Amino acid sequence: MLITMKRYIYINDDEISHDLYCDNRISNRKYTLLNFLPKNLWEQFSRFMNQYFLLIACLQLWPLITPVNPASTWGPLIFIFAVSATKEAWDDYNRYLSDRKANEKEVWVVRQGIRKHVQAQDIHVGNIVWIRENDEVPCDLVLLGSSDPQGVCYIETAALDGETDLKTRVIPSACMGIEYELLHKIKGVIECHSPDKDIRRFDANLRLFPPFLDNDLCPLTITNTILQSCYLRNTEWACGVAVYTGNETKLGMSRGIPEPKLTAVDATIDKLTGAIFIFQIVVVIVLGIAGNVWKDTEARKQWYVHYPMEGPWFELLIIPLRFELLCSIMIPISIKVSLDLVKSLYAKFIDWDNKMIDQETCTPSHATNTAISEDLGQVEYILTDKTGTLTENKMIFRRCCINGVFYGNESGDALKDAELIDAVSSGSADVVRFLTVMAICNTVIPVKSKSGDILYKAQSQDEDALVHAAVQLHMVFVNRNANILEIKFNASTIQYEVLETLEFTSDRKRMSVVVKNCQNGRILLLSKGADEAILPYACAGQQTRAFLEAVEQYTQLGLRTLCLAWRELKEDEYREWSLLLKEASSTLVDREWRIAEVCQRLEHDLEILGVTAIEDRLQDGVPETIETLRKAGINFWMLTGDKQNTAIQIALSCNFISPEPKGQLLSIDGRTEDEVHRSLERVLLTMRITMSEPKDLAFVVDGWALEIALKYYRKAFTELAILSRTAICCRVTPSQKAQLVELLKSCDYRTLAIGDGGNDVRMIQQADIGVGISGREGLQAARAADYSIGKFRFLKRLILVHGRYSYNRTAFLAQYSFYKSLLICFIQIFFSFISGVSGTSLFNSVSLMAYNVFYTSIPVLVSVLDKDLGEETVMQHPQILFYCQAGRLLNPSTFAGWFGRSLFHALVVFVISINAYAYEKSEMEEVSMVALSGCIWLQVFVVTLETNSFTTLQHIAIWGNLVAFYLINWIFSAVPSSGMYTIMFRLCRQPSYWTTVFLIVAAGMGPILALKYFRYTYRPSKINTLQQAERMGGPILSIGSIEPQPRSLEKDVSPLSITLPKNRNPVFEPLLSDSPNTRRSFGSGTPFDFFQSPSRLSLSYARNCKDN
Amino acid sequence: MALKGETSSGGARDGTSDSSSAARRNSKKPKYSRFTQQELPACKPILTPAWVITTFISIGIIFIPIGLASLFASERVVEIVDRYDEDCVPLNYTYNKLAYIQSSETNKTCTKRLIVSKQMKSPVYIYYQLDNFYQNHRRYVKSRSDKQLRSKASEDVTSTCKPEAVTENNSPIVPCGLIAWSLFNDTYGFSVKNKVIEVSKKNIAWKSDQESKFGSDVYPKNFQSGGLIGGAKLNASIPLSEQEDLIVWMRTAALPTFRKLYGKIETDLEANDEVTVVIQNNYNTYSFGGKKRLVLSTTSWIGGKNDFLGVAYLTVGGLCLFLAISFILLYVIKPRPLGDPSYLSWNRGHTSSTF
Repeated sequence: MLITMKRYIYINDDEISHDLYCDNRISNRKYTLLNFLPKNLWEQFSRFMNQYFLLIACLQLWPLITPVNPASTWGPLIFIFAVSATKEAWDDYNRYLSDRKANEKEVWVVRQGIRKHVQAQDIHVGNIVWIRENDEVPCDLVLLGSSDPQGVCYIETAALDGETDLKTRVIPSACMGIEYELLHKIKGVIECHSPDKDIRRFDANLRLFPPFLDNDLCPLTITNTILQSCYLRNTEWACGVAVYTGNETKLGMSRGIPEPKLTAVDATIDKLTGAIFIFQIVVVIVLGIAGNVWKDTEARKQWYVHYPMEGPWFELLIIPLRFELLCSIMIPISIKVSLDLVKSLYAKFIDWDNKMIDQETCTPSHATNTAISEDLGQVEYILTDKTGTLTENKMIFRRCCINGVFYGNESGDALKDAELIDAVSSGSADVVRFLTVMAICNTVIPVKSKSGDILYKAQSQDEDALVHAAVQLHMVFVNRNANILEIKFNASTIQYEVLETLEFTSDRKRMSVVVKNCQNGRILLLSKGADEAILPYACAGQQTRAFLEAVEQYTQLGLRTLCLAWRELKEDEYREWSLLLKEASSTLVDREWRIAEVCQRLEHDLEILGVTAIEDRLQDGVPETIETLRKAGINFWMLTGDKQNTAIQIALSCNFISPEPKGQLLSIDGRTEDEVHRSLERVLLTMRITMSEPKDLAFVVDGWALEIALKYYRKAFTELAILSRTAICCRVTPSQKAQLVELLKSCDYRTLAIGDGGNDVRMIQQADIGVGISGREGLQAARAADYSIGKFRFLKRLILVHGRYSYNRTAFLAQYSFYKSLLICFIQIFFSFISGVSGTSLFNSVSLMAYNVFYTSIPVLVSVLDKDLGEETVMQHPQILFYCQAGRLLNPSTFAGWFGRSLFHALVVFVISINAYAYEKSEMEEVSMVALSGCIWLQVFVVTLETNSFTTLQHIAIWGNLVAFYLINWIFSAVPSSGMYTIMFRLCRQPSYWTTVFLIVAAGMGPILALKYFRYTYRPSKINTLQQAERMGGPILSIGSIEPQPRSLEKDVSPLSITLPKNRNPVFEPLLSDSPNTRRSFGSGTPFDFFQSPSRLSLSYARNCKDN
Repeated sequence: MALKGETSSGGARDGTSDSSSAARRNSKKPKYSRFTQQELPACKPILTPAWVITTFISIGIIFIPIGLASLFASERVVEIVDRYDEDCVPLNYTYNKLAYIQSSETNKTCTKRLIVSKQMKSPVYIYYQLDNFYQNHRRYVKSRSDKQLRSKASEDVTSTCKPEAVTENNSPIVPCGLIAWSLFNDTYGFSVKNKVIEVSKKNIAWKSDQESKFGSDVYPKNFQSGGLIGGAKLNASIPLSEQEDLIVWMRTAALPTFRKLYGKIETDLEANDEVTVVIQNNYNTYSFGGKKRLVLSTTSWIGGKNDFLGVAYLTVGGLCLFLAISFILLYVIKPRPLGDPSYLSWNRGHTSSTF
């Protein structure tokens, strides 16, 4: 980092830092009281639609050109603005309240050497802040002291990263041992980076001023800090110096407003709006010219119109502008509001859904992003994490191999293996060492509960499993008191002093601790890690073959393996090395890398103790969910950091890939560019050849090859991505996950990323839809995601039910909104042909305003309750999702249908009204109301015809709306000063009014009903067929209901012995001998045989199936 | 975000935080209701052949009688239409009708004879019909002041009336605006067998207009006093609410061809009666080629003579029956079971869409 980006913090210096850095006032507010109106208006008007409507509204203020009262546009415009402004204001007010609560919290701060109670917002950088147990940390602090004599304190970081375990923080070595009273007077300087949002890094140095220890720079890391919004736990008090305050804290910096995501449906609607806008301009130009021509030829002769011979300079513009105003209703002003409204209801339906509550933790699903539910129905690719997403992330210790002896192979549970229990009780040295590493080579914190049980707070689920397993094998990790660990084996208690912890990083893939046995003073290095991170460092004499075999065997069962190792260190070796470590850890540049390098120097010549195998069970219903969604035409990619073999096994057991002969797994590997290129080409070739065959092809690629492929062969890889329905990417980093999402997005696929851990956050944010599983790895993913669900299997319901309904409903709502606006606009245009192309409005202002706001918006809003197919039907025939994916219900051609319908209806309404109300009845107000009634009646029947399921609410809205239309108009007709005084009463008494209206309905709806019936019966879409089948109660349900069945790994994977990638054969050999009927048992022999066949089969195959 | 953890801070001492947060989550659990679960009972009608065919047949069955009834009613209306704008111009002005109508010296009186084809029961309505007259022209239709018409107090509210708002010396014209200014001013006198028939000009306007739209205290003022005379003049001593011709005229027509009520004849006209009409042909339609007609008509439940509704009903009804029959035939010839799952082939679209 650059020098200029550093900040120097003078501890406890009341003068200097005050002006340099901001105080601790947190402000998440977007607005202030003063700038709310201008800023909010500015934001709203930065949207094109709003600018357009404002222009229209302003033009309407010009009485010469306005066809109707300006209120007809200003009213809805102000209403819409007020609604969104109120929403913004409300949100901002809530933010303000929560800010104020945080800001006005009382905290203890040292001022002029005395501890004072001040409000949190008055903390300045450099102040010393005191926190008590269970207090929230008000700003980012560097620890100076703690109640613990060892300088340790515990914090809970749930609000920061969602992890619920306790984390240990220590005071810097320089502050160690400073008296409680002296902490007030401490002086010094901290050199650190300018604020950033990385909550895992803090590289700084501390130098205390005399009279305190002033030897040299003391390095500070993230473990010396406690960050804003964390809670102090299990520690009486702690104090620290404020380094980042207010909005500059790590939390404050990471709080960003996420980019709003635009759904595909929204994009389509925007495009359609644009098309309508162009259409409108064309209409305006044509009518404008016609109007001017008519005026100059005809209107001059009409003496009663009294045109002046010389008009003003803008005379030619007047008529086109009038038509512009007349046609402005073509673009429905209410569409955005209606869409926002229904979208938030879709989100609520997801929140409310009882069937998506995780019963174990009582976590309901939650839609954080309320605006993108339609996209759920249009997902084409799902990129899923493995651990915690497909699996439960509930690690259970299953097997182990200690010094070549396999335990747990027969029973499947090493903890019940009599041999192991015997070995433990007999105190076999190997086993004891193995158990010791299991118990203490970790960062787990044991917490004694009131009842005396020991609870373990572990960051890693693997460590948790190991520690628990050790407890069952009588090696109990009792206490961690600062650096002293206490374990109890059988009856004896052993104490270890932790000298160093060499932390786990995804690059090193191992972690180690250096401990000193307090009894005999021996220094031990205990390591555990992935096989390739441990086995190569075995000491020269040791045979590692047995361990390799064990690893092999375990991964084939889909178990996670860890190798445990240890080494005894010589006193001076350790001392020498610890100096190196200290030096490395005080660097500000590339600290992480340098520490890793130093650690490497210690971790060699290890004595391998054994291999542990931990089972991570599949979540309930994962195979069924994947199968169903796959049938719905969704492609799955698995992106995992795990080993290739484990990933393939999990993929097989959860239907991700099919075993031979149905499926074929192709592998892309290679360490060099050339190798990767060759294998990529080979896989592509195989893919292209086998495309026409009914085969499930999948490819598997590891992080290394992926890196090369993405860098040098992006084009080929993209082609592969398009060809392949399934892919397994193992050993991938978070940024590669995000890159893959980006790649698929760039091919115009709608992607959904689902994950549960912090390493999935980038992928989740990158994808069109991010789904987080609120699981054991904390809430980080769930918080970054658009949707959070409790279990993977809810994804099925989220997509097939919520996504699909949302898409269908929005598709109808949007097109209907255009239809109704176009309808009334076309009537106006037709009317202009018989009114001298002068831009007279047939309808009065009140009607025009109420038409959009009341008469037509309410019935269509209840379409959010419409269900074209029952949920069960959709679940049983997930293929129906295709209609949403392909955008069959909202696209230019369906829109053309609605456009045509509005033109036809406008024609019907117009022709019938002017002919039925001709001659002596052609009174303007009456004709206008007849035409309007015709429109309303048509709307009612259009909505009725397009509604698939009628609930009471829909009946009320549809028919109640019709009644409301008459009520509203009767009220207006009763007001003497209104233009339509008595009109509606007069009309309702005329038999000819009713005959006209019924004629309009019959003439307007008859052809539509006939056409729809014809299509429905003779050219049915799949949706129609299913509807019919559903309602007739016929034999649709040939596939038995898919119940999630808990699967045990062992059962499924045992027969699948696959050739290992060792052979480096790019095309895998058949996984199983020919046995076509081993897969999926249900459904075979029914007339629906082809239901099982994956949806992307070729036509020929489909025909073959039909012949059955 | 910063305050989220607060709720759980109380009980978080020694591992009880789990239970407290579980309790908190529990309270978030949505309450079950049929609405929130989208499980409201719903009826899901589908377009079965029976249902659709029945609908079309019943529309046909209902519409055809209504159509016949309206046609019958329309047929029973006796209507005499006579175009007089051409005939009432003296021969020597045939090629210069405009000069004829604009001149104040020419004799505008014109006599026409109409034969009553069928007996016309009283009341017989007298209409004048104008063609190609755009009462709905934007410039025209807006040129009025409802406020001014309603009350004397708002006499000055004439801003919407341009260009007929005020006189040259800025005093308001009552009633102002183009509509009133262009008031129709042909008059008709009727006689049968040399006996004058009374034409009742009372109650030809809407009651509601007389009562609340046109003030009884508003008297014409400065009307037709400018240089350019439009149409009829008004008697300045009669309040607007009594000026029924004006009120009728001010109800603007939506179509360029319209009829307005001129008066009523309260006696029956017998078949083959010869009605002599003395027309004062004052109104200028010649400049824009508009036609003027005199219409005598009786009325029925659907109003005047208008075959449109009847014909339209018969057409729609007939078409519905035709559709119903074709659907029945289609159903018989090519039956297609609803919801036949063999039409579900999932393989068609996918291959095409994904590539």
